Amino acid sequence: MKTKTFHNGIHPQELKEATSNKSLQPLPAPEKVIIPLHQHFGSPAEPLVKKGDEVLMGQKIGESKSFFSACVHASVSGKVIKIENYNHPLGNPVPAVIISNDGEDRIFPDIKEHKDPLSLNPEKIRQIVKDAGIVGLGGAAFPTAVKLSPPKDKPIDTIIINGCECEPVLTADHRLMLEYPDDIIKGAELVRIATGAEKIILGIENNKQDVYKLLQKKNYAFPLEISLLKTKYPQGAEKNLISALLKRAVPRGGLPFDVGVVVQNVGTVKAIWDAVAAGKPLYERALTVSGAGITSPKNLIVRIGSLFQNAIDYCGGLQDGANILVMGGPMMGLAQGTADVPVIKGTSGILAWAEPEQITEYNCISCGRCVSYCPMGLVPTQLMKYSKLGYLSEAESRGIMDCVECGSCQYSCPAGIPLVHWLRVGKHKITDLKRKKSA
Amino acid sequence: MTNNRFILKSSPHFKGKDSVPKIMYAVIVSLIPAIAASFYFFRMRALLIYLLSVSACLITEAVFLKARKKPMHSLWDGSAIITGLLLAMTLPPSLSLEIVVIGAVVSITLGKHVFGGLGDNIFNPALVGRAFLQVAFPVAMTTWIPPVTNQINTATYATPLGNLKFQTAAIQGALTPLKDLFWGNIGGCLGETSAVALLLGAAFLLYKRAIDWRIPVGIISILTVFTGIFWLTGPDKYASPAFHLLAGGLIIGAFFMATDMVTSPISPLGAWIYALGIGLLIGIIRLFGGFPEGVMFSILLMNTFVPLLNRYTRPRILGERSAP
Repeated sequence: MKTKTFHNGIHPQELKEATSNKSLQPLPAPEKVIIPLHQHFGSPAEPLVKKGDEVLMGQKIGESKSFFSACVHASVSGKVIKIENYNHPLGNPVPAVIISNDGEDRIFPDIKEHKDPLSLNPEKIRQIVKDAGIVGLGGAAFPTAVKLSPPKDKPIDTIIINGCECEPVLTADHRLMLEYPDDIIKGAELVRIATGAEKIILGIENNKQDVYKLLQKKNYAFPLEISLLKTKYPQGAEKNLISALLKRAVPRGGLPFDVGVVVQNVGTVKAIWDAVAAGKPLYERALTVSGAGITSPKNLIVRIGSLFQNAIDYCGGLQDGANILVMGGPMMGLAQGTADVPVIKGTSGILAWAEPEQITEYNCISCGRCVSYCPMGLVPTQLMKYSKLGYLSEAESRGIMDCVECGSCQYSCPAGIPLVHWLRVGKHKITDLKRKKSA
Repeated sequence: MTNNRFILKSSPHFKGKDSVPKIMYAVIVSLIPAIAASFYFFRMRALLIYLLSVSACLITEAVFLKARKKPMHSLWDGSAIITGLLLAMTLPPSLSLEIVVIGAVVSITLGKHVFGGLGDNIFNPALVGRAFLQVAFPVAMTTWIPPVTNQINTATYATPLGNLKFQTAAIQGALTPLKDLFWGNIGGCLGETSAVALLLGAAFLLYKRAIDWRIPVGIISILTVFTGIFWLTGPDKYASPAFHLLAGGLIIGAFFMATDMVTSPISPLGAWIYALGIGLLIGIIRLFGGFPEGVMFSILLMNTFVPLLNRYTRPRILGERSAP
C-alpha cells in the first residue's frame, strides 16, 4: 500500500506492543479529585464553586470570560473540600478545586441527550463545545471552540483528523479508534459542519492497519477519506501532517487556518461527539499508562483530577528502579518530579521507566544528522550555538521560533547534545524580550 | 509539597544509539583494509609509521586536553587515532621517522587544538600535518620507493601521477596500467595505493551512513567529466578519467578526507557545492598545476569555504516562501 508522508523525521523504537491490544478500561474514581482551574492553552478559569459546596458529576466548576480559555467540570459528585494551589504537571502549582468523591456519580441534571446532533447549526455546535470545556486532547490542550471559529477571511475546506499517534509507547488513540470508530467519525462530521468544510481526511500511521481495515469496512455516509501514512515521527505534528496529506505548507508563524485546514485529534472529536450528542462535558479522557517501569501497562479512561499515583497503583505500581515519570510520550512528554500530580485534559500518557546513566556529551562534529532529520527544515546545531552564545536575532532570523520541539534532532545527535533544551532557552529568551519591548 | 522522587529532565527522553565514538570507530574499521594493504606492500616501514603517527597524535591530544582542562574521555573518542592513521596513510613510505612524529604533532596542534579541538577545527587535521611536511621537507615528501612486491628500477622511481606529469607518460604510452592502480602494486603514499582496499572500506562507511555519499559522488563525477573532456579531445596527451580516479590520493581523499564531518558542510546543497569545488580543483591542479597531485590542496582550500557554505545553503524552512 502506498503511504503518504512528510520530509525528514525519524524512526524511534515504537514500544507500543505492551498496550496496543489492551482495551480501554475505566480507572475507578479516586476518593478525591484535584481539578486544576488551568489545564489549557489560554487564560485560567475562575472558580464557580466554593469550599463546602455540593457538586454533581459534569457540573461546571470553573469558567473564564476570555475567548481563549476553557471551562472545567467536576469529574465526580461530592463536596468541595477546598480550593488551593496544587502540584500541576505543567510545572508551577496552580489553583485547583479539590472535591471529595461521594462515590455515587450523581449526574448534573443539565446533561441531556440531543435527538439529532448532526442537524445542529455551526453556532450551536461551537457553543456546546465551549460549554463542555473541550480542548485539543493530543497534548497541546488548545481550546477547541477557538479552532472551530476560523476567521471569516479564511475559508476552511478540509478537516484533518489526526489518528497518527506517532509518539512511541502511547496507544490510547489507537484503542479509541478501534473501540469508538462511529463516535469519532460522527464527531469529525460535527467539526466539518461547524467550520463549513467540504471534506474530512482521517490520517492513520500504517502501524495501525486494524483501524484502517475496520474503517474501510464501515462505509460511512460522510465526505470522509481515510489515508494511510508512513509510520514516522513526528507524523502527527500539525504542520507535517498537513504537508503529508495535502502537500500544503502552513506559512511560517501561521496556523492551519491559513491553508484552509482544521486539524483535530481523534480523542478530541470523540469528546465533541459525546458533548453534542450526549451532553457530556469533558471530565474524563483516554490515556496510556505504560513504559518498562509500570508493572502492568494499561489503556485507561481516567477522570480528570485523578492523581498520577492513582493510575499507577491501578496498573500494579512502579517496578524497582523506575526513576523517571513522564506525562505524554517519550519524545515530547514532560518529566514529573512526583506522582502526586493530577491528570489534566492534556494528559495523553503516564509513562515510567529506568533512565539509563547520563550520556556523555561531546562537541558537535557537524555530522548534519540534526539537519537531515528536522521536520521543519531547520539547522538545529547552528540554532543551538546561537542560543548558547545569546545571538538571539541571528537565531530568530534562522527560524528558531519555527522549532516545534519534536526532539528528532536530539534523538539522532551522536554527540549527545541537549539541542531541544538550548532551542527552548533561545525561544524563551526571544519571547521574553518581545514581551518586555511591548510592555 | 512532596519531594521529587523522579529525575527531572527536558524532552526528548528517548535517544538513538548513534554516538561520536561509534562514528569514529566505524571510520577506523573502514581503514583496516587499506592499512592491511600497506603492510603487504611496504612491510615493516608501514608498521613503524602507523605506530609512531598514531601514538604521537594521541600523546599530543592528551597534552592539549590536559592543558585546556577538557574532559579526558575525548582522548578516546577515536578522532585522534583517525588523524594519526590518515596522516600516516598520506606519507611516503620512505619518510624518516622523526618527520612522521613532527607531522603528527603539527596535525593535532595546528590542525585541531588551535581552533578549539574536535568540532571546532576548520581544516582536516591530517591534511594540515601533511601540508606542513610538504612545505617543510619537500624533498623527503616527494621521494618514493616501490612496494616490496614490485622491485624494479629503484633509481628513478616515481608515482604514476609523477610519471604522467614529469615523464610525459601519456605521450610515450608508458602510463601505469589500471590493473596495478586498482590493486595497489605501485609507488605512492603508504595507504593510498590500493584502490580496491580503500573502496572496500568506503563501502562499509556508506553502508554505516558514517559519511555523506554526496561528497565522494560529487568529487568523482566532476573529476570524471573534467578529465574526460580533455581525454576525449586529446587521448594521446591526457590520461583517461579511469586513470585519474584510481591514481594518487583521489579515493582516500574523496571518501575519507573530504568527508570528515567537522570540516565538510552540514546541508545537502552545501555538500554538493563543496564536492564539486574539490573535484574541479583536483582536475585543474593535476592537469595544469605545478604539482602532480592536487587532492590535499583542493580539500584544504574547500575546507575554508565550509563556514560560508553553511551560512548560505541552509535548507528551506517548512512554510517558507523561498530560502534567502
